[in-house]
Amino acid sequence: MALLQDIPAPLTPAAATRVLVLRNYVVYKDAWKLFITGFLEPVFYLFSIGIGVGQLIDTFEFHGEAVPYAEFVAPAMLATSAFNGALLDSTYNVFFKMKYEKLYDQMLATPLSTSDIARGEIAWGLMRGSVYSAAFLVVMAAMGLTSSWWALLALPATILIAFAFSAVCMAVTTWMKSWQDFDKITLVQMPLFLFSATFFPVEAFGDGVLRWVVEATPLYRGVVLCRELTTGVVTWESAVSVVYLVAMGIIGLLVVRRRLDKLLLT
Amino acid sequence: MESEVATDATPGSTSRGPGPAGALSAWEGMARQYDYWLTVLKRTWRGGVVSSFLTPLLYVVAMGVLLGGFIEGDPDKLEGATSYLAFVVPGLVASHAMTIAVSESTYPVMGAIKWHKTFYAQLATPLAVRDLVNAFIGFVMFRVASACAVFMLVIAPFGVFATWWGPILAWLSQVLVGFAFATLVFAYSARLRSEEGFGVLFRLGVIPLTLFSGAFFPIGNLGPVLEWLARLTPLWHGVSLSRMFCVGQVDWSLALLHVVVLATLTVVGWFLAVRNLDRRLEV
Repeated sequence: MALLQDIPAPLTPAAATRVLVLRNYVVYKDAWKLFITGFLEPVFYLFSIGIGVGQLIDTFEFHGEAVPYAEFVAPAMLATSAFNGALLDSTYNVFFKMKYEKLYDQMLATPLSTSDIARGEIAWGLMRGSVYSAAFLVVMAAMGLTSSWWALLALPATILIAFAFSAVCMAVTTWMKSWQDFDKITLVQMPLFLFSATFFPVEAFGDGVLRWVVEATPLYRGVVLCRELTTGVVTWESAVSVVYLVAMGIIGLLVVRRRLDKLLLT
Repeated sequence: MESEVATDATPGSTSRGPGPAGALSAWEGMARQYDYWLTVLKRTWRGGVVSSFLTPLLYVVAMGVLLGGFIEGDPDKLEGATSYLAFVVPGLVASHAMTIAVSESTYPVMGAIKWHKTFYAQLATPLAVRDLVNAFIGFVMFRVASACAVFMLVIAPFGVFATWWGPILAWLSQVLVGFAFATLVFAYSARLRSEEGFGVLFRLGVIPLTLFSGAFFPIGNLGPVLEWLARLTPLWHGVSLSRMFCVGQVDWSLALLHVVVLATLTVVGWFLAVRNLDRRLEV
């Protein structure tokens, strides 16, 4: 651990985050098979739904422009894979480390603080997720599914999605008591995945309240943001999505810190 | 001493396989574990409710009803189905049968060998390896059969079934899919030393099979090469069988082929499962 030697004794937030990221990297290195295959999942979905089902559908309207089905689904897969990755990392993994490994208790016996832990865990999740997102964007570009240079901004957009969900899910996890509680996570995850205009346009919900509800959900904001960027139809709505997700992440992070203080320091 | 061991064939001895005189019959071996598995069911059924019933229903609404609203119900493009919902439901249930069969015969098998060591405890009784496999698969199949039956009943009011007898035969084909995957995956899990292999199985086996075995779209859309590859997968046989019966357009010779393939896989899977578990528990 030569890398750890040059870290100053009272840890700066940046140094603390680095230690945590490094720790996760060392642990995760052994599970490289899971790492590689994790990238394949959204690609499989893209090929299956985008291309297989795409042959049954002509085009969809998106902000008044006709978009081929594969091009419509691909950014949604990009956004949902960032969402799923963040969710897995910040729920099951965090719960295991907190409750069974007692990892955070051990860390708090060192100069690390609870906010260092929250920041470090989320930073690690974001780094891992952005590797997946970047690879997926390359696949999309190679398949001709991006039609604008705005698509480059889709990478920071996925990191933003991952940040918002990691922070909130980690906060939620601090209230979990047993593995059975994770059913409730699935209960929220599945509807978000299926109904956030991922596979079909939001117009399917009609013009009533239901559509407003969908438009107000976080994953929908992420999906639309990615879709706007990869198709190049950027509007003011994009800014709304960005502000929404940033606020969600910050609130989540504040709650995580408060909860960890309460759980681990009292 | 030697002669004593040779003649010692009482049930409580070291008999592993279907032993000689005095060993339990296959049926008795299964029946003796009934109360154990009933207890397991009583304590764990709640965990399966969301994944077994709610998730597939959400898929039906999202993919079948909402996405289906954008897809033209052309029987020529949808293997005889008159709507996308009617097309997708039989495939979804078949792949659901596979998913449950696989998840129930991965971690729980490893748990019974490595973590809780239930299999070792059971083997210290008159039960043989064969009996453990039978009861385990029986439990998994109860889960598969009940989940698929509920699924089919829930779907019935959507008016997607062409005949009244079709869904019953379709349900039997879904059960057959469950058998094929439960036995084969049990055989795989019995050999596995680390649970990392399950993650790989799900990502390289279950997910691609779900997505490319004709559940969501006709495999003809894959192009000639991949179409033939899809035809070789066990799930496609189940999806096709399930769909033929639900849609009401049965090609009986093809149906027979599907049944033969799935039944063969089940038999091969069962023999491998018994053999692999026997070798594993010897240590």
